Amino acid sequence: MKEPAQLINRYKWYEILGIYCGIFVFLSFVLAPFVEGFLVSLKPLSQLFSSPYRFVPENGSFAAYRTMWESVPGFGRYIFNSFFISGIVTTVVLCMVVPAAYAFARFEFKGRGVLLAAFLAVNMFSGAVLLIPLFRLMRSFGVLNTYFAMIVPGVAFLIPSAIWLLRTYIMRIPKELDEAAYVDGASHFYTLRRVILPIAMPGITVVAITTFIGSYAQQFIFALTFNAKTEYMPLPVGLFAYFGRQEVIWNELMAASFVGIAPAMIVIFFLQRYLVSGLTAGAVKQ
Amino acid sequence: MHARRSAVIFAWILLAPALLYVCAIVAYPLVDTFILSFTDASLRKTTNWVGWENYDKIFNATFAEVITRTFVWTFFSVSIKMMIGTFGAAMLNSAVPGRALFRVLTMPPWIVPMAIGIFMWGWMYNGQFGMISGLLQRFGLTDGPIAFLAYGNTAFWATIITDVWIGVPMVTLYMLAAMQAIPQDLYEAAWTDGAGRFYRFRRITLPLLVPAMITMSMLSLISTFNSFDIIWILTQGGPNGETTTMIIDTYRTAIGSKKYGEGAARAVLICIFLSIFCLCYFRVTSRLATGEKQ
Repeated sequence: MKEPAQLINRYKWYEILGIYCGIFVFLSFVLAPFVEGFLVSLKPLSQLFSSPYRFVPENGSFAAYRTMWESVPGFGRYIFNSFFISGIVTTVVLCMVVPAAYAFARFEFKGRGVLLAAFLAVNMFSGAVLLIPLFRLMRSFGVLNTYFAMIVPGVAFLIPSAIWLLRTYIMRIPKELDEAAYVDGASHFYTLRRVILPIAMPGITVVAITTFIGSYAQQFIFALTFNAKTEYMPLPVGLFAYFGRQEVIWNELMAASFVGIAPAMIVIFFLQRYLVSGLTAGAVKQ
Repeated sequence: MHARRSAVIFAWILLAPALLYVCAIVAYPLVDTFILSFTDASLRKTTNWVGWENYDKIFNATFAEVITRTFVWTFFSVSIKMMIGTFGAAMLNSAVPGRALFRVLTMPPWIVPMAIGIFMWGWMYNGQFGMISGLLQRFGLTDGPIAFLAYGNTAFWATIITDVWIGVPMVTLYMLAAMQAIPQDLYEAAWTDGAGRFYRFRRITLPLLVPAMITMSMLSLISTFNSFDIIWILTQGGPNGETTTMIIDTYRTAIGSKKYGEGAARAVLICIFLSIFCLCYFRVTSRLATGEKQ
C-alpha cells in the first residue's frame, strides 16, 4: 500500500490543467512588464511610436543595447554607484547588526523586549516620512550631494529588519555551544567570534542579501532628495537621463534597465533558496 | 552574580552601535519633525514659532480628501495584494512538476529596483503605444486608445495595480511558507475521511492561514501606506492631484515648495496613523501568540 501523502498529491488531469492555468495567469501578471519591457528594448524607436500596436517587434534588433551607452555616457557610472552604495550600506549594516543580534538572542537584560519592539517600530517609518529633518541633518553634516547622503540614511532604515532576521537565526543555534566555550574559559567576545560567527554564516549571508536588495530598492528617494550631482547618481535615478528634452528614448531606457538589473537577476538564480528563507523569516522590506 | 553583570554590560556594548545609529538617524528626526511642525521653517534664515497654524492650514485645505484617498488607495492595494498573493501561493503549493522554477519566477518584481519596474509599467500604461491599451484595442474591447495615466480615475487604479505588482512576491512567498508549515497529517486525516481537495483547502488550509494573513496584511498595510516611488514616478500625484496620497502631498509641500514647517505637520499626521497601525499590529500579534499557547 502506498503512503497517504503520495495518494493525496496525486492529481486528476483536470486538476493539473487547472493548476497550470492558475500558475500561468498568476505568472503572466508578475512577468508581463518584463516581457513588454524586453520587446520594447528590441524595437526601433520609429516602430515604437507607430499605431496600431504590435506586440512582437518587426525586424527587432539589439541596437538599443549598443546605442544606450552613447546616449547616456555616464550609464556605467550609475551602475557602479548603485553597487558601491549598496555594498557600503550592507557592510556597515552587518558590522552593527551581527553584535546587536547576538546580544538580543543570547543575553537577558532589562528592557530587551521593549528595545526589540522599538526596532520593529522603526520599520514603520519609512525614509519618506522623515525626509525633512533628514534633509536638514544631511545639510548640517555638509554631506548633501555626496555618496554619504545616500549611505547614511540608508543604513538606519535597514538595521531593524536585519536585527530581527539574524536574531531568529542565532536563537536556533544550540546554547550548549556557547556554554561549553564559556566553561573552557573563553570570553564573551571570543565566543561570538569563534563559535557563533562561523555557525551563523548562512544566516548572515541571508541578511547580507536581503539588506543589499533593500538598499538597492530604497536608493531612489534618498538619491532624488539628497543628491543633485550626476556623477553620484545611482541607477534608479540615473535612468531618468533617458528622459530626453523632447521625448523619452524608451527602447534605450528599457535596454538600460535590463543591463542594470542583469547582475541582480543572476544573483537570484544562484541564491534563490536563501532568498525565500530570508524573505519569509523576516517578512520585512521597505 | 559578577559574571551576570559583566554579561549585561557586554550585551549593551554589543547593542550600542546599532542603537546609537538608529537614534541619530530615525529617532532624532522624528522628534525634529514634531518640533518643526509648529514653526514656519523654510529656506529663510529665520524660523518663527507659529503654534497650531500649520495644522489649521491642513484641515482647511483639501487635505481631508487626501486622507480619504490615501486610505481608499491603501485598502484596495492591500486587499488585492492579499488575494493575488494567496491565490499564487495556493497554486505554487501544489505538487506539480516545475514548481521550483515557478517560485523563482515570482521573485523579480521584488528583486528589481522599484524604479525600473515602475518605468516598465509606465510604458504599458501609455495610451498610444503601450501593451494594455494596445491589446484591449486588438481584442475590440475599447474603441480608441486609453491613456491610463491621463485621467484621474484610471490613474488611481493604475497606480494601485503597480503597487500590487511590487507587493505580490512578498505576500506569495510568505503565504506559501505559512501553507507549508501546516502539519501534513491534518490533510491525511481529512483525506482518509473522504474530504475532497477543495474541501480540504477551505476547511483546513484557509482557517489555519488566518494568523499569517493578519500578520502579512498589517505589514503590507504599513509599507503600502508609505508607498512613494510608484505614484511619484508614474503620475507625480496628478492628474489634478487625483493620485496625491499623504506621502506625495508631504513630499510636494516639504521638498517641492520648501515649506518645511507645513510639510512637517503633514508628516506628523502620517506618523500618528502609522503608530496606530503599529499598535494594532502589536496587539494582534501578541494576542495570536497567547492564543497559540492556550
